[in-house]
Amino acid sequence: MKEVPVIELADVSKIYPLPSGDVVALDHLSVRIDRGEFVAIMGPSGSGKSTLLNQIGGLDVPTSGTLKITGRNIRKMSDEELTSLRLNAIGYIFQKFNLIALLSAYENVEYPYILKQRCNDTTGRVSRLLEDVGIDRRMAEHKPAELSGGQQQRVAIARALVNDPAILLCDEPTGNLDTKTGAQIMEMLKDLHRQGRTVIIVTHDPAVGDQAERIIRIRDGRVEEA
Amino acid sequence: MKNDIILQLSIRSIRLNFLRSLLAAIGIVIGVVAISSMGMMGANMTLSVTEELSAMANVLVVKPGSGSSGGGGMMGGGGAPGMGGSSDEDDYISKSQFEDIERTAGKYGLVYPVYQESETIEVSDREGHATIYGMRDEDMASVLTVEEGALPKTSSSVVIGPTLAENYGLTIGSRITLGDEDKNETVQKVRVVGILEEKGMSMDLNSDSAIIMPEKAYVGRFGGEDEYTQVNVILSDIDDADAATEAIEDQLNRKEEEVAVQDSSRMMDSITSTVSTLTTFVMAIAGISLLVAATSIFNVMMMSVTERVREIGILRSIGTQKSEVLRMFIYEAVILGLVGAGIGAVMSLILGWLVVLVMVGTTKFFFMAESLIYVPMAMLIGVAICIFSGVYPAWRAANLDPIEALRAD
Ligand SMILES: Nc1ncnc2c1ncn2[C@@H]1O[C@H](COP(=O)(O)OP(=O)(O)OP(=O)(O)O)[C@@H](O)[C@H]1O
Ligand SMILES: [Mg+2]
Repeated sequence: MKEVPVIELADVSKIYPLPSGDVVALDHLSVRIDRGEFVAIMGPSGSGKSTLLNQIGGLDVPTSGTLKITGRNIRKMSDEELTSLRLNAIGYIFQKFNLIALLSAYENVEYPYILKQRCNDTTGRVSRLLEDVGIDRRMAEHKPAELSGGQQQRVAIARALVNDPAILLCDEPTGNLDTKTGAQIMEMLKDLHRQGRTVIIVTHDPAVGDQAERIIRIRDGRVEEA
Repeated sequence: MKNDIILQLSIRSIRLNFLRSLLAAIGIVIGVVAISSMGMMGANMTLSVTEELSAMANVLVVKPGSGSSGGGGMMGGGGAPGMGGSSDEDDYISKSQFEDIERTAGKYGLVYPVYQESETIEVSDREGHATIYGMRDEDMASVLTVEEGALPKTSSSVVIGPTLAENYGLTIGSRITLGDEDKNETVQKVRVVGILEEKGMSMDLNSDSAIIMPEKAYVGRFGGEDEYTQVNVILSDIDDADAATEAIEDQLNRKEEEVAVQDSSRMMDSITSTVSTLTTFVMAIAGISLLVAATSIFNVMMMSVTERVREIGILRSIGTQKSEVLRMFIYEAVILGLVGAGIGAVMSLILGWLVVLVMVGTTKFFFMAESLIYVPMAMLIGVAICIFSGVYPAWRAANLDPIEALRAD
């Protein structure tokens, strides 16, 4: 028996209705990603990469078509269930880091942990994760605004990992970083893949894409056949 | 509660926008202070008026009926005797009417008749007017309380009220001249043998600034024996007021309006209700300040939501439930409300005390429950208004589309 794919899109479209006319961001797109894969999604700007990732991450709901995450049809899920899915099963790393400005680096990482466990972290997991991504104790007390871009992205990775998600979604995780820092971040992601996670990474950088096991190329919201 | 991350976020957001939050809270402070100090003022006014009135509330006053009486001004010095046998045409209460009243209302309390006149008086060359009461000896003993001296025994001795004593510098043994020589009135000297205790406002007997003499002396001077000005009933139980009134009216007014019964408890009710209407009105005006406060809280909350759209997007995208975002903003409103109401409560006590002191003149009722209740009440209204004006902004925040929110900068 074949294993249920982690992500399965069948004939998915996403249309943004705008006054100037509908924008078709995803156009009858079908994709299947299995457990433990390391996939890069590539394509020119505006081709619909982020839109695709948002559907996969349960942040958005397709206009038409079926999207199944770990076998569950997201159309049949309430907002509350989708939110729980984001909290428990998915780690999202954004292009713009998206840390909470009010909280310190440590608290940013601890935040999803508290949401899930309903208590502060006493296991030392948060500190360990921050150490793993190269943020020391002193730096962990800083607010995001006091950290460099690379440091913020490391904190964001630690945050994405805190609830031990099965799926890691990264939207241009190295896009705002210099080559050296970007390479370090890529090493971290490859490490996480080796540990058995499904990693999906959006990039327009071929050097990044080449490190993935598989590349899905999209253009104008459709999958380009290789 | 300490590890409620949602609460932590609310507190931090307030701290980050401290000045803005403070200004919003000040609106609540003003509203709470206005409502509670106005409420306390009203309560204190009611309490002090009630206390003043309750001394006279247990009294029924029976006066000659207005029915068919022919005008009849004040009786002159001589005093005209009753015309014919029927007394209901005259401006007094006759002996038989008094006996009827005593018979029907006697079981409800003490019934006593009084004579009353106004007279020119002179005390060591100072002239003025005073009310003169004539009372039976046994009534004086049971109705009057002497502060100093004793009740009059002879026809040339009187007791006087404390206000009169003070105004004219009268003491025991002082002499008062009654009547005005220039107007051809009989001049008579009386001696003060007693000064009464202060009684306050009263319907039956305004003894504080009056001269009270025995019945015999009064009739000797003004005539009109057994023609009483009014009959008072001091009720043992204030709840009997209606029953006693009815009994008297049934007995005496069967054929025509012989007497009019004034029930002072009814008057007190109407005064108390006037005061409380006034209080409600003033509080409603004070409530407008809370409306202003609500607008400012609403504004602050909307600004908070607008400024934090991106943060809300982040929170939602990493797994924060709608209800938790809602809670975060409601907490913010509640904290603003509680801080505002707390400061407001402390200031209400100070300001309310001053307002009561100035407007009511006494703070002896200030710490009574009826008065202090307005502080928690105003606090509750303040917090409720905060929550109320925070609900829509919070609802908006919770229902933002996470994608849209993330795209905001
Ligand atoms: N919220 C939105 N409202 C309207 N149109 C949108 C919205 N989000 C995306 N689009 C449109 O959908 C199309 C795909 O956008 P998307 O962000 O997925 O592209 P992308 O491949 O991620 O591009 P980039 O490499 O620049 O990030 C674009 O034409 C964009 O203008
Ligand atoms: Mg994009």
